[in-house]
Amino acid sequence: MSTTVPLLAARDLVKAHGPTEALRGASLELRAGEILAVTGASGSGKSTLLHCLAGIVRPDAGSVSYAGEQLHTLSEKRLSELRRTDFGVVFQFGQLIPELTALDNVALPLMLAGAARKDAQVRGQEWLERFGVLGQEALRPGEMSGGQAQRTALARALVTDPKVVFADEPTGALDSLASEQVMTALTHTAGEQGTAVLLITHDAQVAAYADRELRLNDGVVAPQEVAA
Amino acid sequence: MIAMSTRHILLGLLASGPSHGYDLKRRHDERFPQARPLAYGQVYTTLQRLVRDGLAEIDATESDGGPERTTYRATADGERELTEWAREIAPPAPFVTNEIFAKVVVAILSGGDPDAYLRAQRAAHMGRMRELTQVKTAKGADLATVLSADYALNHLDADLRWMTTTAARLTTLTAEVDTA
Repeated sequence: MSTTVPLLAARDLVKAHGPTEALRGASLELRAGEILAVTGASGSGKSTLLHCLAGIVRPDAGSVSYAGEQLHTLSEKRLSELRRTDFGVVFQFGQLIPELTALDNVALPLMLAGAARKDAQVRGQEWLERFGVLGQEALRPGEMSGGQAQRTALARALVTDPKVVFADEPTGALDSLASEQVMTALTHTAGEQGTAVLLITHDAQVAAYADRELRLNDGVVAPQEVAA
Repeated sequence: MIAMSTRHILLGLLASGPSHGYDLKRRHDERFPQARPLAYGQVYTTLQRLVRDGLAEIDATESDGGPERTTYRATADGERELTEWAREIAPPAPFVTNEIFAKVVVAILSGGDPDAYLRAQRAAHMGRMRELTQVKTAKGADLATVLSADYALNHLDADLRWMTTTAARLTTLTAEVDTA
């Protein structure tokens, strides 16, 4: 599943928010199909790193390359196309559209990509089933439990069959059982699809679902120690 | 590894009815998959002690033409003992942290690199947590497996949180150890 050429690579990323340097030279590589956890204390720069990698935020210095393309050289148009076709994003709070049903939320990315509503809904339904959100497809996000809403958000992130899913504290608002269901659904499905996942978490039990862990300390990736 | 009182575990297994030594061993190993498998000799010795202490007694001895098999059952005293043990609060004792703490202090004393040690220890803990997570999320994992993996995961996680805090406090700790 993993190849020697990384799918996504960050080199020496620097990013400041006002006077605060969130990233101070962070580098990492994500291989195709790999699940990588980035952990660290609050304020260590985890979310800023994810935003830079997903092309949501441009770093002040350093570079991000994705499948041979340097993100900083791309136009906004090409970036938003990448975000639509190759990247899926899940945040701590799923950020589902509150007015839409679970099914319409999942079908939406397909419709934005040009699929007919009916086809999009059929595929959306399949994805909700894969994430164990059965019988909830007509509910709106406000009517679902936190775990159901997050699994719906994951189905929405994966429905377009992206190459990379960026998940920023996807279980941060969930109790441990709901968290386990979300992580099991995410890792099993990503494994089946060969989707790479960049998982941001402060929770070691969540990080343990990943293939490996990188620690971020004060905006830099900590050296890797091989356990004796 | 889950450390438990074999004697109480055997009494617990006998609570569902008379059983012989090999059957007890098999049920123990199935029920507590993350624990060290019981050696048959240990089961036999423990059963002898339970009988000696009046907590279990011989139910029957069968041979069926093959080797003789003795089945045991819990006595009323045994059932009382088990009820008391099950109610007893386990001491909220620290687990492996003591050794990690000792190694951090020794690293400081000997001019080593406690931060690198803590990173390597974290990598080892995370490696074990990944294995346990795979065990418990494997398709068809039974509840006993899931629960004992959860138990281990939560304890390793507690160590990790302690290590993270310790790493953040290394400067202060080093100053204290050096001046002591």
